[in-house]
Amino acid sequence: MSSTREEKAARIRHFLATEGDAVAEGTRGFNAGRYDSVEKLDEYEELKERARAIKEDAIERLPELVDQLRESVEANGGTLYVADDADEANRYIREIAEEQGAETLVKSKSMTTEELEVNDELRAAGVDVVETDLGEWVLQLADEAPSHIVAPAIHKSREGIAELFEATFELDEPLETAEELTMFAREKLGERIAEADVGMTGANFIAADSGTLLLVTSEGNARKSVVVPETHVAVAGVEKIVPSVRDFQPFVELIGRSGTGQDITSYVSLLTPPVDSPTVDFDAPDVPMTDRETERDGGSVPSRASDREFHLVLVDNGRMAMREDEQLKETLYCIRCSACANSCGNFQSVGGHVFGGETYSGGIATGWEAGIEGLDVAAEFNDLCTGCSRCVNACPVKIDVPWINTVVRDRLNRGEDGKLDFLVEGLTPDAEPGGLDIGKRFFGNFSTIAKLGSATAPVSNWLAGTRPARRLLAETVGVDPRRDLPSFRRETFRTWFERRGGSEVPPARARREAVVYPDLYTNHVHVERGKAAVKTLEALDVHVVVPDVPSSGRAPLSQGMVSTAERHAHDVYAALAEHIDADRDLVVVEPSDLAMFRREYEKFLAPKSFERLDMHSYEVMEYVYGLLHAGAEPTLLSGADDPGSGDVAAGVAYHSHCQQRTLGLESYTIAVLEDLGYDVVTSETECCGMAGSFGYKSEYYELSMDVGEPIREQFEAADAADRTVVASGTSCLEQLDALLSRPTQHPVELVAPR
Amino acid sequence: MSAGTLSAFERSLRRLDVESIRTTPEELDDALASVTLDPVVGAPLPFADCSLPDWVPTDPTPAELDSAKTGVTAAELAIADYGSVVIRATPDATEQVSLFCDRHVAVVRAEDVVPGMPEAFERFAEWTENGDSAIVATGPSATADMGALVKGAHGPKEVYVVVLE
Ligand code: SF4
Repeated sequence: MSSTREEKAARIRHFLATEGDAVAEGTRGFNAGRYDSVEKLDEYEELKERARAIKEDAIERLPELVDQLRESVEANGGTLYVADDADEANRYIREIAEEQGAETLVKSKSMTTEELEVNDELRAAGVDVVETDLGEWVLQLADEAPSHIVAPAIHKSREGIAELFEATFELDEPLETAEELTMFAREKLGERIAEADVGMTGANFIAADSGTLLLVTSEGNARKSVVVPETHVAVAGVEKIVPSVRDFQPFVELIGRSGTGQDITSYVSLLTPPVDSPTVDFDAPDVPMTDRETERDGGSVPSRASDREFHLVLVDNGRMAMREDEQLKETLYCIRCSACANSCGNFQSVGGHVFGGETYSGGIATGWEAGIEGLDVAAEFNDLCTGCSRCVNACPVKIDVPWINTVVRDRLNRGEDGKLDFLVEGLTPDAEPGGLDIGKRFFGNFSTIAKLGSATAPVSNWLAGTRPARRLLAETVGVDPRRDLPSFRRETFRTWFERRGGSEVPPARARREAVVYPDLYTNHVHVERGKAAVKTLEALDVHVVVPDVPSSGRAPLSQGMVSTAERHAHDVYAALAEHIDADRDLVVVEPSDLAMFRREYEKFLAPKSFERLDMHSYEVMEYVYGLLHAGAEPTLLSGADDPGSGDVAAGVAYHSHCQQRTLGLESYTIAVLEDLGYDVVTSETECCGMAGSFGYKSEYYELSMDVGEPIREQFEAADAADRTVVASGTSCLEQLDALLSRPTQHPVELVAPR
Repeated sequence: MSAGTLSAFERSLRRLDVESIRTTPEELDDALASVTLDPVVGAPLPFADCSLPDWVPTDPTPAELDSAKTGVTAAELAIADYGSVVIRATPDATEQVSLFCDRHVAVVRAEDVVPGMPEAFERFAEWTENGDSAIVATGPSATADMGALVKGAHGPKEVYVVVLE
């Protein structure tokens, strides 16, 4: 392992050990809550559509909305300042604090101010800055950065917080329960809020037409920070503007559900500052709050509200440039709900201190960091996105988070310059820049390796198993020696099919004709599942062809080799077009390839071509389901109580596949298996942890095994330990082989006639 | 507002562990007596046909606000689907009274209970166009930052809703 790989592995190991458990419990809880909460929402999909449309429109019209907002804020009696970068924003905020002679400034949680690092600027100017969100305050005391955009201290245990309080405040009696800790913090922070001169908040959304801010919180600290001091400074990224207050509505219904699984957070404030509530002057504790009559707008307002001052600081800091960037632009639709982080297998294991940049963390962080801090910051954690796509359906504004990660990866690849490497060069007939990381090129050109592997099997397998070879692989491309390598088959799926003389069902008596797509793994490694797919389809009177079609491009895509992937897309379509014209269905065994055809190819192919491929492609069990429901005879397949089912247990433990689940296809496999008499339990994890080449890489091996831990526990528990394990994806099968001590297979192997 | 909306509101409140009572303007005094702890402070109700009883002092000082156990305010709107009460930020400190005390008692007129967010937003849009502010409050304040869910992080620990029919 190279030293940087070792360092990275050590860092991940450290965070897995110190923060992993707390992060796992928190994020998985949020994620489960999200499923429950959105399920109760009848209009979920419709709300997402509307949310997306509002953001698309708002970002499109952003410059115009900024102007309109300025008018609204000024008409209300506040000021609006647009800061080009962090320095400008910080200077402006410091000047306000200085003008107010502020000694204490209380803050409500805001990621944008984390981005600016405004606390440092204020502290240097002698202002005592106090975070009032309980989690954020804990981090302030511990001098740590947030590890999650919604629950900043998610990585801290109750015991850790108790120790921190004891050490910081020299308590006589230790605090133990969450209740005691919370009440202690409430009291301490209450004192600080009472004496504060300025209150600072973020804003989740801002309405251009009225100057109203939407603030989403649960604790009430934002409300107090706004209502007690005379001066309110709100700081927000410029992308937070929407046209009107009515546009807040879908977000109010979506944001809590998406992030923490709450139907709605305790407090949603719609503030049109300066607010009409009187200030609360604890220095004059016996003067009624509404005591003073003040002239305002020509009338008399019986309130201290007229003392209020309001500043809205809008931060550009790279956002306007992101708007011009066709690929990064979508990042600006993000509402920072954290669903992409909570649904991410890797994030669930290590949290934002590993899976995060300088400020933002989780799936979309790559986009934010690339736009705000630059590519090198994004580079540090971009690798942790495995492209599993589980965040895609979780995102309330329908951002294709993995695609943004792929684009950033591609840019990172292209930004590097270096020399070609002779060893990998022979294996990498790609169109990528020479400096591209050698490991990425190896995995990205896996099709070449697979071909070579099958051609030389079993020698290649024997060679790959030898120690010198493993060491070479580890050193050059970073394949972890603890991971079994795929075992290439001398006779590929296609040669088997040709040798048997093609399909046993002649077209003339066939119900349908189908192409079984010979993906890389089915063709070279998991030949059995290809054979099983053919036999299953033939049993249901389908004429099958297995033509020579290039690999889908999934491997290069996941390495960020976008142009190579695109070339594959065109070649695949060219090879399949005639079959589609002949009205043959395209049956795909490997879910990650099906996801290519149905999702990523949209970016590469002409719209009509994409649509045709999409319309004609099926996951193999989805297709079997369709045939059975169109009247094919299930008894022709193997059922649970078929004689000859040998040691196959009727109980099945099934792990679908991340991309397959994102496409909503898990249920077909379950339905077919159940129709054939199998009793099925399904995995409850988001991801098995393997996701393509991820788990092969030495720096991620341990993380990948940790992500797989819940599925191992579930499938080894008493009620599942005797079940036959089936999984749809190649990487899942490999991961399950590593996690469990019993054999695994593809579900189609269970139903194929025996 | 239909009867269905009101009972949906009450169901949502029960889910949030928020107690609610129905009463009439005439009986408001008794109803409030049953859900308040002394010392109590209030913000005047903006309703034409009733007002807070005399024993609920309004216009508190910061010290009174700080030491009160119960704050009584109007909620000029409520949202049945979510069990939310909507507090307006008024010059007579409705927001503070609803926020600082451990117990918040919200008085809602039955006709101000709307089924869901879309209806509520029609009202919000009117208010904010006039420069007003409002808080959609759903259940007590809460945090899970200290390792388990705790009510009363910064705001009230308990919420009671009095519905005026
Ligand atoms: S990308 Fe989507 S899911 Fe992730 S934080 Fe942003 S809005 Fe939420």
